[in-house]
Amino acid sequence: MAGLTGDIFDIKRFAIHDGPGIRTTVFFRGCPLVCWWCHNPEARVDCGRETYRKRSVNLTLPASDNVIGPEVRIETLIAEISNDSIFYDESHGGVTASGGEPLMQIDFLEGMLLACRERGIETAVDTSGYAPWEKFERIMELVDLFLVDLKLLDEIQHEKYTGVSNVLILENFDRLIEAGASVRARLPMIPGITDTDENIEALISFLGRYEDLELISLLPYNRLGEDKFNRLGLEYRPGSLKAQVPDEMKLIAERFEDAGMSVRIGG
Amino acid sequence: MNERIARLRRQSIEAEPVISMERASLVTRFFSSVEVEKHPVPIARAMALRYILEEKELCLNPGELIVGERGPVPKATPTYPEICSHTQEDLVVLDTREKIRFSVSSEAKKIQKEEIFPFWQGRSIRDRLFEEVSEDWKDAYSAGVFTEFQEQRAPGHTVLDDKIYKKGFDDVRVEIGVSIDSLDMSGDPDAPDKRDELQAMDIAAKALIGFAKRYSGLLAGAAAKEEDEVRKAELEEMSRICSKVPASAPGSFWEALQYYWFVHLGVITELNTWDSFNPGRLDRHLYPFYRREIDEGTLTKERARELLQSFWIKFNNQPAPPKVGVTAQESSTYTDFCLINLGGVDEKGEDAVNELTFLILDVIEEMRLLQPGSMVQISRKNPDDYLKRALKIIRTGYGQPSIFNTEAMVKEMTRMGKSIADARNGGASGCVETGAFGKESYILTGYFNIPKVLEITMHNGIDPVTGKRLGPETGELSSFSTFDEFYGAFDTQLNHFIDIKIRGNRIIERLWSQMLPAPFLSLLVDDCIKTGKDYNSGGARYNTSYIQGVGLGTITDCLSAIKWHVFDRKTIGFEELAAALEADFKGEEDLRKRLLDETPKYGNDEDYADMLAVRVFESYFGAIDGRPNTKGGHFRINLLPTTCHVYFGSVIGALSDGRKAGEPLSEGISPVQGADRKGPTAVLKSASRIDHLRTGGTLLNQKFTPGVLEDEEGITKVAQLVRSYFRMNGHHIQFNVVNAETLRRAQKTPEKYRDLIVRVAGYSDYFVDLGVDLQNEIIKRTEHGLEQ
Repeated sequence: MAGLTGDIFDIKRFAIHDGPGIRTTVFFRGCPLVCWWCHNPEARVDCGRETYRKRSVNLTLPASDNVIGPEVRIETLIAEISNDSIFYDESHGGVTASGGEPLMQIDFLEGMLLACRERGIETAVDTSGYAPWEKFERIMELVDLFLVDLKLLDEIQHEKYTGVSNVLILENFDRLIEAGASVRARLPMIPGITDTDENIEALISFLGRYEDLELISLLPYNRLGEDKFNRLGLEYRPGSLKAQVPDEMKLIAERFEDAGMSVRIGG
Repeated sequence: MNERIARLRRQSIEAEPVISMERASLVTRFFSSVEVEKHPVPIARAMALRYILEEKELCLNPGELIVGERGPVPKATPTYPEICSHTQEDLVVLDTREKIRFSVSSEAKKIQKEEIFPFWQGRSIRDRLFEEVSEDWKDAYSAGVFTEFQEQRAPGHTVLDDKIYKKGFDDVRVEIGVSIDSLDMSGDPDAPDKRDELQAMDIAAKALIGFAKRYSGLLAGAAAKEEDEVRKAELEEMSRICSKVPASAPGSFWEALQYYWFVHLGVITELNTWDSFNPGRLDRHLYPFYRREIDEGTLTKERARELLQSFWIKFNNQPAPPKVGVTAQESSTYTDFCLINLGGVDEKGEDAVNELTFLILDVIEEMRLLQPGSMVQISRKNPDDYLKRALKIIRTGYGQPSIFNTEAMVKEMTRMGKSIADARNGGASGCVETGAFGKESYILTGYFNIPKVLEITMHNGIDPVTGKRLGPETGELSSFSTFDEFYGAFDTQLNHFIDIKIRGNRIIERLWSQMLPAPFLSLLVDDCIKTGKDYNSGGARYNTSYIQGVGLGTITDCLSAIKWHVFDRKTIGFEELAAALEADFKGEEDLRKRLLDETPKYGNDEDYADMLAVRVFESYFGAIDGRPNTKGGHFRINLLPTTCHVYFGSVIGALSDGRKAGEPLSEGISPVQGADRKGPTAVLKSASRIDHLRTGGTLLNQKFTPGVLEDEEGITKVAQLVRSYFRMNGHHIQFNVVNAETLRRAQKTPEKYRDLIVRVAGYSDYFVDLGVDLQNEIIKRTEHGLEQ
């Protein structure tokens, strides 16, 4: 494990929407998808280095001692994660690998998960599902919870809005559940794109097949992503979208509930 | 709330704080009589209280269920000329200042000028105090190195235990008699003084019984005239209650509340004991009455709620007595710091949460009044649903209740030598101060400006604001070759000013003991009756004098900048830094940016800065803790600011943490505003590096936007955050749940936000009553949770 380094663009402590309890979310840089509404466009490698979060005030430390940056040492990262152990213990929380797509840095991810397992820290991986199955297999035993984002079930639509086909994603989702992994589906509700009647119906019929799904989270749209695109000087292709009002979200949630599924609004 | 309570609440909120000369006139008339000279001081003081309670106007507000006001009407606020006799200029300031204003009529000004001021000039304790303290004390005080609580407010800070619910004042008088009879007049040289004190207590006890009987008469008269049958029956019952309590022990829930309220009025009429005299563990004290009456069917939950709401309004009708000068700046608020404690454990250490705890939480949520303040004690033994219920009230943006760690408070008290039962029966009062309720005098003696000491150290003992030498010569900046040497100089200056403060405190304690004993308050605090000693003379079982440190975050970041840039990395010269500070960073924006952005800061869970916080804490603790006061007790520390961090900031030039001249300091043990960038868990980790268990209270403020607490899951996670902090021995945490946008709007259109209450630092206040600096600071404080 020693010697591993990873490209981490942010670490957020007291993350309360990325799994059970109080968590530390580690944001891995790099993503195979290019979603129009992306929340973390700074995860894209074409964004330049200035997008790393400046949370640490010790900016003059050597880069390798920083917990955020292109070459974060695994030991440094684990020390930072361990800082909040008392909060994880009290809340049954832990660490969440997010991104970007954490599976793109599979060696580093595996190292992190292994170290957390050794320290008794529970782990979650927030993934787009878009990675070769072998990578999932490599880490499955070390992950307490997978948070899998499902966007659009129509393959052409998916390709249009995310840049890739959804076939691999749906396959992996299926295989994870088959293999007995604990899985939570996260459904970003993008107005006029993913919250359409057709897509919601398709999601309901796809997810309805699984009895062992831990939970379905409906993620309401918000405009922070748009703000980030603007700051990074990138074009925000969806244009100005209006976030759903709580009542609209409730109606969507009811449709899932009517189909016998347990859903929650928010992470 | 029902229509009656809504009306009384509205009356309370809309009442204008005015100065009432009633008490000042009565007390002056009493002490002007030649007869007074014949009596020993404690007896004269008790007789003065009796005279006020016999002569003062009574007040019966329409529909109310608990009676008694300190002034002639709600929010008519008395003055205490024997403590601080206001000049005409003071009255103009009170009448015209923008914040915490008290309206003063021309009639009142005339009375003050012609009757009050001439009599008390040179005789008030404020005048005497400034005559008796040393020149170096006065210099340090004027420079803003420390403040002095007792210069216009009586030593207060004690909270009642359960004794009044078990015995009446007639029983207390029997105890006084026993104590007088057992005095050893031939063997004990202090016996004559003790007898005087005990006789004074007896006069004071009788005085309150007489006051209640006057109310009983008033109520009987009102009942006779009342046409509404329901109200008539209420007035008759109230008349009966006032003829029974406080003379006899209460038998019902209603009697218990009215009894407490008379006692409260007695305490705040005798003297202006600032801070927090209050019923303390109210849910525990009232529960036996509540349970029995609910079970017997003589009380409904709704009636209990209504009585509690009436009781709440009475607190809100009594603004803190007007403050002027430095005291007005260190404590700029109408609140008198009554802090009702809920939950916690009983004297055996068992979970003390009961059904009434939840009812009182309902009342807190519904009433949304400035006073009384409220807090929840959270013990490991208390259930989560209780903590979550409290968080749901906090979520509404009201700023109450604040949250305290029972186990930490008990350990703090036992470390200071209190018995475990007394510690468990205690709690926190004022802002965050730990005390053994009903058994301790725990006086806040003044705030101490730790960053000011750094500024003086950097100028070799001279205050750069005035050019005056205040401290010893500890070296020019060029003479320090290591950080430790420089820190040693700071430590020397710190001890120098603490010595001055403690010397002054002892003089001031003696003045109060000799000039203004408090025989009424002494009735209520063990073991004054047993020992025949006054509350102000060491009669309490425990006697603690606190010196409250201010600016832990600021001093830590300042030292961190000096250590990091000047000594470790040698990237900034010490004199270059000092020159930039002197210029208030004019033309030095780059250097200021490095200090702000490229320096390890307290509040980020990073050792470099946090260990400096620990070092300052140990120096401050070492300079104060365990030194004897004049009352048989000791000096202790706590870390809280009220609004003093704004005043203290105003007397300091630019500092090495990048703060510009005059800006507020950090408050409590919170990080410098905006310096914490890693979220609340990192702040809590940093804040728990200092040893809370060796303090008498620390204050940590965390601001959340409402989103964090909007659902059950958010509430649960914040509850877990609190539990985690308390596992690390954190003493107290408070949440300010409001968004910055709302606050900015409130600043622009204050008239639309008159009811907006925010937590400032240890208490809640109306946002629109705050000074613009403090308003800005609250807006600036890091908002956690919704930033992305």
